[in-house]
Amino acid sequence: MKRKVELVVKSVDVIALDTFEMTLVNEYVAKTAIPGQFLHLLVDGHTLRRPISIANVDRNNNEITILFKIVGDGTKQLAAYKPGMSIDALGPSGNGFSYEGKLNSVLLVGGGIGIPPLYNLGKTLKKKGIKVTAVLGFQSKEHVFYEANLRELGKTYVVTNDGTYGYRGFVTSVMDQIEDFDTYYSCGPIPMLKAVTKQLQDHSGYISLEERMGCGVGACFACVIPTDSHGGYKKICKDGPVFAADEVVL
Amino acid sequence: MTDLAVDLPGLKLKNPVMPASGCFGFGREYSEFYDLKKLGAVIMKAATGEVRYGNKTPRVAETTSGMLNAIGLQNPGVEKIIETEIPFIAAYAVPIIANVAGSSLEEYVKVASAFNHAESVNALELNISCPNVKEGGIQFGTNPDMAAEVTQKVKEASNLPVYVKLSPNVTDITAMAKAVEKAGADGLSMINTVTGMQIDLDNKQPLLANKTGGLSGQAIKPIAIRMIYEVKQHVNIPIIGMGGISSAEDVLEFLLAGANAVAVGTANFQNPFACPEIIDELPAVLQKYGFDSVKDAIGKGHGV
Repeated sequence: MKRKVELVVKSVDVIALDTFEMTLVNEYVAKTAIPGQFLHLLVDGHTLRRPISIANVDRNNNEITILFKIVGDGTKQLAAYKPGMSIDALGPSGNGFSYEGKLNSVLLVGGGIGIPPLYNLGKTLKKKGIKVTAVLGFQSKEHVFYEANLRELGKTYVVTNDGTYGYRGFVTSVMDQIEDFDTYYSCGPIPMLKAVTKQLQDHSGYISLEERMGCGVGACFACVIPTDSHGGYKKICKDGPVFAADEVVL
Repeated sequence: MTDLAVDLPGLKLKNPVMPASGCFGFGREYSEFYDLKKLGAVIMKAATGEVRYGNKTPRVAETTSGMLNAIGLQNPGVEKIIETEIPFIAAYAVPIIANVAGSSLEEYVKVASAFNHAESVNALELNISCPNVKEGGIQFGTNPDMAAEVTQKVKEASNLPVYVKLSPNVTDITAMAKAVEKAGADGLSMINTVTGMQIDLDNKQPLLANKTGGLSGQAIKPIAIRMIYEVKQHVNIPIIGMGGISSAEDVLEFLLAGANAVAVGTANFQNPFACPEIIDELPAVLQKYGFDSVKDAIGKGHGV
């Protein structure tokens, strides 16, 4: 049976403009979560839960790290949680990244708050001896986070839209510099995912999607993504949030 | 021992709590959280004549004490539902109410007729009040004559009790209730969502892709209570009450207003265990306010 879990806040830190890193303690989640899954968090006083990707798991200490950006009242309130407070969550939810078969090298392409699940994946893949290369895109310098974390995993390119840090432009601007790889994994805004999947259409790849969710378990049909031109849909919360790049229509 | 049982046309309920249509899919997802046998009944997601893919996203938005949704009746079509979904719920030996939607009289009749051959379906909920599809549905729910006509046609076609789900987006809810009662409805189900809109400040556009959506959750509970209270004074058929229920106290309030049973919708999203928790807490809440059974409390908000 699935369950509701209580996670205890261990720490909350600002890591970039409006961007927070929160470490939570819960044995069940820490022991079972796989890269790409999310927690559906209940922020007190709100009707709907907030889906937040898992950025890191420390199985030995039963700790889970999530990163989130303040985009409205719910995330603003979440950022104000203090150590020792507990948060009600559903999860770990959704299907994680697929990395079966023979992989020697992967490319991670993350945009802004889409980067956290890729970090979790990259750590796991590096431990398996797979070569990791990362491209991180941000709006501008004050939004940059986790650059050092990704550099520990492999060669990392940072791009800002306004050129205030790293390369100027979009994540797609540096692709011609990347050595070949077996598979790519990408998460970020839809326009970025569209550009990335188009540019890397000769490669196999996986994308992780974000959408406003209702129930977060597959019952309400709120967070759907078309699968082909004939009107079929997949549920992001239950069938995803990770999909093969050619499985859905962005 | 507090008696939670309620008998309604076609429905022998061991308790008065059921998940509301559209908030519970076809039960599969919530069956992973608890045993569906615990529920008074299950109201399935709406069925239409053919497969429907629904609206573009975003389909939901949170509001103060509630949410807006514009799913757009996404469902695999009535035949597929009968074939693949009903057997799954039926395995839990819980009464099933099938929600019937459509864009035309013919479609309503077609869907309702299809359920005649579905074993395990105990009653129909006639959805003449979905605010989120462009054609059909809602005009049947806002015009008393059209509501009566579709009710009568579905009653003729169906061998199951029919509960007509009323829209709150009308000036005179009593006129709607009386019209469908006269047309042969076995019961009422009320209320559906309240039409609303949210505008995104960054994009300066309506947030939902459908622009408008249906408001549900705690914000609409007083509207539901008022409408059920009014309608109860003018009709003699039972009412399944819904609109913002999230606690056993809310259930009692609906019973006092005149509901004979209740449905829990949006609360399932916040808490997947909302229905079983409410069922567990209901006996103590009834006792606290002086009732030995659900039946005792029905309509008691109307004085002596």
